[in-house]
Amino acid sequence: MLRFIVRRLLQLVPILLGLSVLLFAWLRALPGGPAQAALGERATPEAIARYNELFGLDQPIWVQYLRFLGRAVQLDFGTSARTGRAVTTEFLERMPGTVELTVFAMVFAVGVGIPLGYLAARKHGSWLDSTAVVGSLLGVAIPVFFLAYLLRLLFAVELGWLPGSGRQEVRIDATHITNFYVLDGLLTREWDAAWDAFLHLVLPGIALGTIPLAIIVRITRASVLDVVNEDYVRTANAKGLAADTVRRRHVVRNALLPVSTTIGLQTGLLLSGAVLTETVFAFGGVGSAIYDAIFARDFAILQGFILMLAVVYVLVNLLVDISYGLLDPRVRVR
Amino acid sequence: MGDVRRQRIDELAARAGRVPEGEGGVSLVRSAFRRLRRNPVAILGAVIVVVFLVVAAFAPWLAPRDPLAQTLLSEVRPGAIPGPQEGFPLGADQLGRDLLSRLVYGSRQSLLIGVVSTVLGAVVGMAVGVLAGAFGGWVDTVVMRFVDILLSIPSLLMAISISVLLGQNQYALMIAIAVTQVPVFARLLRGSMLAQRGSDYVLAARALGVRHGRIVFGHVLPNSLSPVIVQATLSLATAIIEAAALSFLGLGDPDIARPEWGAMLATAQAFLSVRPALAVWPALCIIVVALGFTLLGESLREALDPKFRR
Amino acid sequence: MQRRPQRVLAASAATLTALTLAACASSDRDSGGGEGGEAAQSGGTMVFGATSDPVMLDPAFASDGETFRVIRQVYEGLLTNEPGGTDPVPALAEDYEVSEDGLEYTFNLRQGVKFHDGTDFNGEAVCFNFERWYNFEGLAQSPSASTYYQDVFGGFANTPETPNVYAGCEASDENTAVIRLNRVTSKFPAALSLPAFSIASPTALQEYDADNLSGSDDALTYPEYALEHPTGTGPFRFESWDRGNGEVRIVRNEDYWGEPALLDEIIFRSIADGNTRRQELQAGSIDGYDFVAPADYQSLQGEGFQVLVRDPFNILYLGINGGNVPDSGANPALQDPRVRQAIAHAIDRQTIVNSLLPEGAEAAIEFMPPTVEGYAEDVTTYGYDPDRSRQLLQEAGAEGTTLRFFYPTEVSRPYLPDPAAMFQVISQNLTDAGFTIEPTALPWSPDYLNAVQAGGADIHLLGWTGDYNDAYNFIGTFFAAKADGLAKAEFGAFNAPEIFQALARADAEPDPAARTVLYQEANRLIMDYLPGVPISHSPPALVVAENVSGLEPSPLTAEVFSTVSISE
Repeated sequence: MLRFIVRRLLQLVPILLGLSVLLFAWLRALPGGPAQAALGERATPEAIARYNELFGLDQPIWVQYLRFLGRAVQLDFGTSARTGRAVTTEFLERMPGTVELTVFAMVFAVGVGIPLGYLAARKHGSWLDSTAVVGSLLGVAIPVFFLAYLLRLLFAVELGWLPGSGRQEVRIDATHITNFYVLDGLLTREWDAAWDAFLHLVLPGIALGTIPLAIIVRITRASVLDVVNEDYVRTANAKGLAADTVRRRHVVRNALLPVSTTIGLQTGLLLSGAVLTETVFAFGGVGSAIYDAIFARDFAILQGFILMLAVVYVLVNLLVDISYGLLDPRVRVR
Repeated sequence: MGDVRRQRIDELAARAGRVPEGEGGVSLVRSAFRRLRRNPVAILGAVIVVVFLVVAAFAPWLAPRDPLAQTLLSEVRPGAIPGPQEGFPLGADQLGRDLLSRLVYGSRQSLLIGVVSTVLGAVVGMAVGVLAGAFGGWVDTVVMRFVDILLSIPSLLMAISISVLLGQNQYALMIAIAVTQVPVFARLLRGSMLAQRGSDYVLAARALGVRHGRIVFGHVLPNSLSPVIVQATLSLATAIIEAAALSFLGLGDPDIARPEWGAMLATAQAFLSVRPALAVWPALCIIVVALGFTLLGESLREALDPKFRR
Repeated sequence: MQRRPQRVLAASAATLTALTLAACASSDRDSGGGEGGEAAQSGGTMVFGATSDPVMLDPAFASDGETFRVIRQVYEGLLTNEPGGTDPVPALAEDYEVSEDGLEYTFNLRQGVKFHDGTDFNGEAVCFNFERWYNFEGLAQSPSASTYYQDVFGGFANTPETPNVYAGCEASDENTAVIRLNRVTSKFPAALSLPAFSIASPTALQEYDADNLSGSDDALTYPEYALEHPTGTGPFRFESWDRGNGEVRIVRNEDYWGEPALLDEIIFRSIADGNTRRQELQAGSIDGYDFVAPADYQSLQGEGFQVLVRDPFNILYLGINGGNVPDSGANPALQDPRVRQAIAHAIDRQTIVNSLLPEGAEAAIEFMPPTVEGYAEDVTTYGYDPDRSRQLLQEAGAEGTTLRFFYPTEVSRPYLPDPAAMFQVISQNLTDAGFTIEPTALPWSPDYLNAVQAGGADIHLLGWTGDYNDAYNFIGTFFAAKADGLAKAEFGAFNAPEIFQALARADAEPDPAARTVLYQEANRLIMDYLPGVPISHSPPALVVAENVSGLEPSPLTAEVFSTVSISE
């Protein structure tokens, strides 16, 4: 097992190197090059020359790349043109919000998705099944930002049940230690702050969780149907095992294998892809920062955030691979 | 990394590669068609897709008005947009243009973005996949490593990066979405080709002394296409939704007068309280078309997958 | 003030001589609070929706509206604007005297004023600030840092080659600061009402390394002072700034020299999207926000919110690149006055005003609002007449001329609430008149501003909100000759000496009546030449919840929140 994990970790290296090359090339390829990207179009030739010298842009390209890599390894991606703060600082400050949101979205998607998918498969062909299937197709087809607007309009504005933007009610003077607001509230025993932060996760979490929910329903349903038809289940049934035992021992356990990988994959995607949802809900995570950076042409933020998010995504996928290896010994052999 | 994501693609490839005994490419497609025709879900999907394609193709004849003419502009007031009335069955938009005509013409742009980006992504991806699958060896290793790196970037982030790089122009959006599709198709086709490599007919052809290139392009490639077709149909839905997302992020078509559902939907958010219909209609169009392609794609997948033919 | 201003804006001489500066400011401050016996309620927190975070909070480096909004509450300058008006009135200076030659200003300072850190406000503190600005070095001199200082005063101590207005400052006693100038300019002292010339606590400036900017010209990194310790004399003091969530908190300054603020606390919360701001107000999580979309004026009012409409003190225009900036690829056809007139006749301003702008907007006939002294009623006008446009184009042999039309995205300006809609309507107007339009959309800052100010567009949308009541602040900003004797690149660096001379003459005229006549003449010349097409004056609005009172809308968008109260 250890060897498997080590091998997977080693395989990460070329991927990360490749990523760094791509993002390095991306910044180089921007109109006007990195100096212009950092200094703006009005930069004087002297300022550009100064910048080029400072960052070694007058050096051969491979030296430049190595320097970039050297800084990237130390998580130094320069400073944001918009706020003048270190890109890494911004990232670390905003990532907890995105993590909280992702956790909520995934708990929602899994909590609703697996039971729904299982029931749909058990009642194959019933109205529940059809509803689940149609719903899961709709869930994937509806543009996320539109769903987000609808949710907010209905539950925040019209009904006023839930907060429709931000991470916490600003009138609550909450203490923040970890920047995970719900956790902070619990740690400091500011229960109202924790509850409030939690409520702020509900609408964006549901909007964000809809696609994973739809996919999980579909996969659970399909894989339960698959497993029910497998020979070992038929054998178990034929052997006369109690239906409950068959369900628990064989159907659920085997059906959950593909579902668990889907969960992992979607978690990775949500951590990196909450740009739309966070923007609509003015939620202060990494996604809304990327949106702001697009408009401010804040390339330092874009480059640093995309690279770090890709790394997060890769790492989450690695965890998925490893856990998959733990769950299914066959994978290790491949 | 995305080992599991890769595995998923590979599974799709491998399944479709299992050509049952006695069935060649042509009869496979024929039998798939037969199954499709009996599947109501597939028919629903196909009807939706065909209807929208017809609307897009015949937009100039179907649209009651010029989608750009600001006919009712003088009746627009901030906070009051003319609703449905004679000659304007769905009312006007915020600049006094006929909403129905804009939806009709919008189908062109939206479908075009979907089709072009998917075709582009599929063609380039397939070329890459063929390159890797046909040559094998170090070419395969290098190419597939690169594909894996691309797969490790979440697709929306990749589309954003590319849009930013290309600047705002009509094609940037298509290229950005296409690029996100390339690695998927590449891996899919390569996997599907590998799955065929050991199949009986390839071994037979090789034993008969048929040249390598001939085997690849004459036999393996055509037989590997079915998962690609499935994936392309599903990708069309994704591409249309992703185009809407990029429009929302302000990375869409710079010609904002040209009707396009994603852009219409994004703009309409500002008028939700004044006239929600401006948002609801384009959103419905996007959802229905995406649903149509998804239904068709899923049914195709089932029809082409031998596993479902018990 | 609403965009990065260009070179030095001169203003009419001695704007303030007519002002009675003896009025005691504390009596000014009572307005807006409770009337008669019913005293306004004190206490409470107000959450105000801003469009973005401030850039930072050092007034000397500020140039954008959201930064100014916070700075106006925390800092004060020697002068300020009259509440709800456009004229400068005393603030930290009780009054001032001008020497005969107009080069020496003696400011009599308010007594007993303390900065938020306990430092005394006095003559020395004033001079410390002036000396600080004058002695900026390195990145503090970059145009994106000390924008306003450079616009008003010119160069710095170590840049002798750049002309400089400031000569020196002397604190002759505790309550007096004498400021000497190198030459007379009408901008001084009116410009001292701008928040960029707020007086900051010298102690805090020194302690927190205020001048130590790093980074690069356009990606400045600000020191601790500007991010954590802005220290002024205003009715509120800075409490905290949560940049992850875009929340700036300011709390009441209990030791304020004047009438203390009514609110305990104000939180400026940044919500970029206009729809979100509206919905947050409707949901009750914010108490007000700025830049209400025209579509929402009525519906919000209908729901019981107070829409506070400001008087239009701005201009939206279609800039024409009618000159020949080298290498800009400018369209030579636009040098022909007939083509420019064809553009002007093609635009249906009345429909634009009715359909796209909030109620109260007016079609513009020249480049400044009617309320500014020097406005001329009798300029040449170019009414909506597409046939005339086509005819002019034909005469000029320029039918089908392609115009590269630039417009900004993802921005809402007081004079231009919805750039995309404005672009599409004007674009359609021009197409109807026989032009061909080639659109370019760019993000407002920095791409759009850079491109159009460098003369990159054939035609473009831009506007201006006045900094104070002064014709030169409008037409001088747009059309005065630059150092090279030509107009700004934005207008194609055209060469029209008669306009340049008229502006310079008016600026140098000390007599207000005579000056007004000269500005009227300049306006006539400008509209004859037609370097662009003035389109509209639009009234931007704030909105607050029903239980908020005492917020007086300012045409300059310079609201002070000290008189605001909130009832349960």
